[in-house]
Amino acid sequence: MTMTYLKSAVTAVALATAILTTGAAMAEGGTPTPPKIDWSFSGPFGVYDRGATQRGFQVYKEVCSACHSMNLLHYRQLEGIGYSKDEIKAIAATVEVTDGPNDEGDMFTRPGKPADRFVAPFANSKAAAASNNGKAPPDLTLMVKARKGGADYVHGILTGYKDTPPAGVQIPDGGNYNEFFPGHVIAMAPPLSDDAVEYSDGTKATLDQEARDVATFLAWAAEPEMEARKTMGIKVLLFLLVLTGMLYAVKRQVWKDQH
Amino acid sequence: MSRQFKNPVLNWIEYRLPILSFIDDSVGSGYPTPKNLNYWWNFGSLAGIVLVVMIASGIVLAMHYTPHVDYAFDSVERIMRDVNYGWLIRYIHMNGASMFFIVVYIHMFRGLYYGSFKAPRELLWMIGVFILLAMMATAFMGYVLPWGQMSFWGATVITNLFSAIPLVGDSIVTLLWGGFSVDNPTLNRFFSLHYLLPFVIVGLVIFHLWALHEHKSNNPLGVDIKGEQDLIPFHPYYTFKDLFGLGVFMIFFLSFVFFWPNFFGEPDNYIPANPMATPPHIVPEWYFLPYYAILRAFTKDFILYWPVSWLITAKLAGVIAMFSSILLLLLLPWLDGSKVRSAKFRPYYAMAFWVFFLNCIVLGYIGGKPAEGPFILIGQIATTYYFVHLLIIIPLVSRLERPKPIPESISAAVTAAHAMKAGE
Repeated sequence: MTMTYLKSAVTAVALATAILTTGAAMAEGGTPTPPKIDWSFSGPFGVYDRGATQRGFQVYKEVCSACHSMNLLHYRQLEGIGYSKDEIKAIAATVEVTDGPNDEGDMFTRPGKPADRFVAPFANSKAAAASNNGKAPPDLTLMVKARKGGADYVHGILTGYKDTPPAGVQIPDGGNYNEFFPGHVIAMAPPLSDDAVEYSDGTKATLDQEARDVATFLAWAAEPEMEARKTMGIKVLLFLLVLTGMLYAVKRQVWKDQH
Repeated sequence: MSRQFKNPVLNWIEYRLPILSFIDDSVGSGYPTPKNLNYWWNFGSLAGIVLVVMIASGIVLAMHYTPHVDYAFDSVERIMRDVNYGWLIRYIHMNGASMFFIVVYIHMFRGLYYGSFKAPRELLWMIGVFILLAMMATAFMGYVLPWGQMSFWGATVITNLFSAIPLVGDSIVTLLWGGFSVDNPTLNRFFSLHYLLPFVIVGLVIFHLWALHEHKSNNPLGVDIKGEQDLIPFHPYYTFKDLFGLGVFMIFFLSFVFFWPNFFGEPDNYIPANPMATPPHIVPEWYFLPYYAILRAFTKDFILYWPVSWLITAKLAGVIAMFSSILLLLLLPWLDGSKVRSAKFRPYYAMAFWVFFLNCIVLGYIGGKPAEGPFILIGQIATTYYFVHLLIIIPLVSRLERPKPIPESISAAVTAAHAMKAGE
């Protein structure tokens, strides 16, 4: 027991040191920019492709959620990506939620409800770290907003693994080579591959497709308000353009006797 | 000084509290304004409006925000996700801070170019410098409140600067923190002060306007107001000019709010604060970057540090230089000895102004880069130039330069310009 702890602690320290030192060394021009992708949600008129977002949710549920929490999401919010209330009830009911204490003072488990938060894979960050070489997998809710490059970065990481690192690059135990990760040594093993999931809508589950879908889902999770924001923004700006044009005319009229 | 109105209710109020004539004499038809103000004079009223927008949106945010290290980050995300239009209010407040600095920096550079800081407006200018300082303190503490990685580490780096002060430095830092590291007490006091300081700014703005109204606005020609013929009433002329400017500004401001809401932010601040993990590059918000560049320019081999290297550490020299870069502006009315205000008639000063402006941009660029390679040297040259401009170029140029002939009065210049136009 103690030996295992000791071993994982040593691995963690070694890995952390490796990541830190390579990270510092590679920070200068070492990491290429992930390819820019023309997302459905890019641009002032962009909206989340519902199909891609739902497929991305499936990828998260079946793959990512084994290690990564999404603590800021509630099942009820899935309405935002096109699920009906009944579908959401069914989705929520598939998880076990710890609730309580009840009148006897005991915690109990019950099926999830739409009002519940996404159930995290680990009880707390210590448990998450203990199961993952000493470093807890980050929460994914805000991942797209929390990294330079946003969805491009997420897609880049998921598709940027190389089985054989370039010559001269040492990959420590428990590390993986990733082209787009700062420092190139990432603790996460390649999570996706061709046919890692089976899409119910018949889309072919290539690695690239899965990465795009899950990046779209994470983009939605980070900014669920985006569509409402852009719709309102277009109305507000159109209104302001007309108003400002009229104000300019009034200003000209008022100043006429001064010119 | 109460006035007569046709409306009996207005008359009743005015007789007891002459607030209507006060408003009219402040921003209405009773306030005379130079007739030749250009669009650079819009930015004062814009700054005032942004201040109101910030206070209004901030009060609503405070209703939903929890100043506790365990809940702050999530409470901000709750505003973004669950509060009705919370994302709108928060993005307005977040981008409003950047807008405030854009508007105020333009306002200040306008003052520098047209000599608005010169007699008899020295106090007006100095109060403005204090408004800038209060804004900076407010913005810094506001940035800490979401308790993201940049909030935490920015707070750590900036509060640590005070430890460079000899003897009392460490005690000051402990007082700022409310403990021995940036932690819950720090967050609590920053929240309290972040709510307080905007009202201090409002107080300073009242003094700023009071001083402004005593001698009226400066103008692009920089000549004194000679009489009625130089003036037009603020309303309707400048009320409508300001309203049009406000429309243009709102298009600019809200484009960011609705379409690029995180343009001015750092992605790292969407990672919850973690005292155990330092981000690779700790950078302040863009409006602090020039001062950050000045701070970091002070290394052991920096030429400006040599004269004081026997006395103080390079870190302390950097801190002093950073604060002096702003405090020196208080002395500007006396550093600049020229009797002529506007750079229009001071070609060498105008040239120096533009070089200084570009130098500030360079400092801002350097402040956002890691302190390594060529950035160190460029930052040190730009820092040196910043002080050379204020302490050597301005005093010399203003006293040696022979200005071009200035027009007799605003109206004379305006009439001449019209005659030129008609003659074409």
